[in-house]
Amino acid sequence: MAFDKMELRDVEVWDGNHAAAQALRQCQVDVVAAYPITPSTPIVEGYAKFQSDNFIEGEYVMVESEHAAMSACIGAAAAGGRVATATSSQGFALMVETLYQSSGMRLPIVLNVVNRALAAPLNVNGDHSDMYLGRDSGWIQFDAYCPQDAYDLNFIAFKVSEDHDVRLPSMVHQDGFMTSHTAQGVTTMDDDKAYSFVGEYKPMNDMLDFEHPVTHGVQTEEDWHFEHKARQHNDLMTKVSPKIDAVFEAFEKHTGRKYSQVETYDMEDADVAVFCLGTSVETTREVAREMRTKGIKAGVVALRVIRPFPFAKIQEAFKNVKAIAVLDRSAPGGAPGAMFNEICAAMYAAENSPLISGYIYGLGGRDLTKAHLVDLYNELEANVKAGKVTTQLQQFIGVRGPKLAYL
Amino acid sequence: MLEIRWHSRAGQGAVTGAKGLADVISTTGKHVQAFAFYGSAKRGAAMTAYNRVADEVIMNHEKYMKPDYVFVIDPALAITTDVTINHKDTTKYIITTHLSTEELVKAQPKLEGKEVYTVDCITIAVETIGRPIPNTPMLGAFMKISGMYDIEFFKENMKRVLAKLPQKIVDANMIAIQRAYDEVK
Repeated sequence: MAFDKMELRDVEVWDGNHAAAQALRQCQVDVVAAYPITPSTPIVEGYAKFQSDNFIEGEYVMVESEHAAMSACIGAAAAGGRVATATSSQGFALMVETLYQSSGMRLPIVLNVVNRALAAPLNVNGDHSDMYLGRDSGWIQFDAYCPQDAYDLNFIAFKVSEDHDVRLPSMVHQDGFMTSHTAQGVTTMDDDKAYSFVGEYKPMNDMLDFEHPVTHGVQTEEDWHFEHKARQHNDLMTKVSPKIDAVFEAFEKHTGRKYSQVETYDMEDADVAVFCLGTSVETTREVAREMRTKGIKAGVVALRVIRPFPFAKIQEAFKNVKAIAVLDRSAPGGAPGAMFNEICAAMYAAENSPLISGYIYGLGGRDLTKAHLVDLYNELEANVKAGKVTTQLQQFIGVRGPKLAYL
Repeated sequence: MLEIRWHSRAGQGAVTGAKGLADVISTTGKHVQAFAFYGSAKRGAAMTAYNRVADEVIMNHEKYMKPDYVFVIDPALAITTDVTINHKDTTKYIITTHLSTEELVKAQPKLEGKEVYTVDCITIAVETIGRPIPNTPMLGAFMKISGMYDIEFFKENMKRVLAKLPQKIVDANMIAIQRAYDEVK
């Protein structure tokens, strides 16, 4: 091969951004087109440095906006390359139009989204507003809780997206600063082992295959548009989930690290459960264990795969639980939290009827402390004892001023 | 769980110091976390950075902590900000200052009755590295006060962490670490 390999220690102390950049290097991504934005900048900066230091045989394309970044990624992916980029917040918002283009064109791009609040007011810190903005875009969405996950999920994302039965793009989400700028031990793969998991990219319907000419970016009006969208949704609903399970299993065989579409912790006999995403999952796991020493049977349920939404697996995870708190780290904009709605929809169709209450927390990077979570579990336990939700359905955690509660 | 809070100004290397310390500790098989409070901070703005060290995987991502050690690497911050916030009875303070510990406590009454150690990391950095970057000397002082590792072991590992820098700068950092180790009291 024409590029150099990098010696890594078995455990490196990396932040989430560096972990993602190293994964892009080890996957030998052909093209990264990027317009850097805080807090995701070090991912594409890392790729560019690896590329210019001859650790990657690929191309880094500088563009004039995030809209152009994803547009260039679409062009490179349609041409037949393995393609990735990264963004956050306002940049993600500017990319939205092209996100629908890439999924509709069935291009297996991997987008690292370092979750950050959306302005106004301007804020560079982590919440899930941008992640939620992507949830109807037809992409697969993976969620990392720590730098190790951010590393691993990039390999998994390429493997799922590039499968010829899938051919849908993936986002790998990590929490801005709380994961992206937090250095922790990351168990690495050497370059050969890492690359062998994703393997050589085999494009499908690539424009540079002149023997088999194809058209990309077509127009369909009412005669065909609905069928395209319905088939894309059908593949998300039926083909992607089993493929993700298979890739998770292959990854466990490859590395010993196990991922599940719905992650459950201490749920075997749990009475009360907290549902959340991102770094909060790990903090909550720690608090759940501590609650158990106080006699409260506490558990945690989290999504590893946000889209396609693992509806049946959520029902399974909550089948014996009595009360659930659903945490949303995004301004709800005049409605219940998005995850609250989705968990309620899944549990409405389930056989049991747990008490479900929703909480908005952590906007703009506001700290979710262990003390908050202790109060939360105690509140759930009170709901169980009362046999009903004793509070309003939507509350706010950690916001100053008079207590806010709705519904 | 060992928890450390750094008080610094943006640009003085607290994040690099916290990550470097985490890297060295990680080689001994312990689990580590290094992070910082960011905003759109410009160079010179007061900021804090953090370390967690544990025998198990660290799952706690809250920014709040009651630190076991407080490192202050900018002399003015011990006076102009409250470096004792969220303290516990056993919190130890290592503070960069040209003052003696007694003079410092007199200047900042909040430190009275606390376990305070002082070392002039700024002067050490200027005299060895040639720039007022007090992060590595602070770690030398920490090795002395905590007895965490043998100083030679620590310096060997820091050489690896700093390996991307020119050899002259790495050597100067080693002298700075040793001086702070010897001079902290």
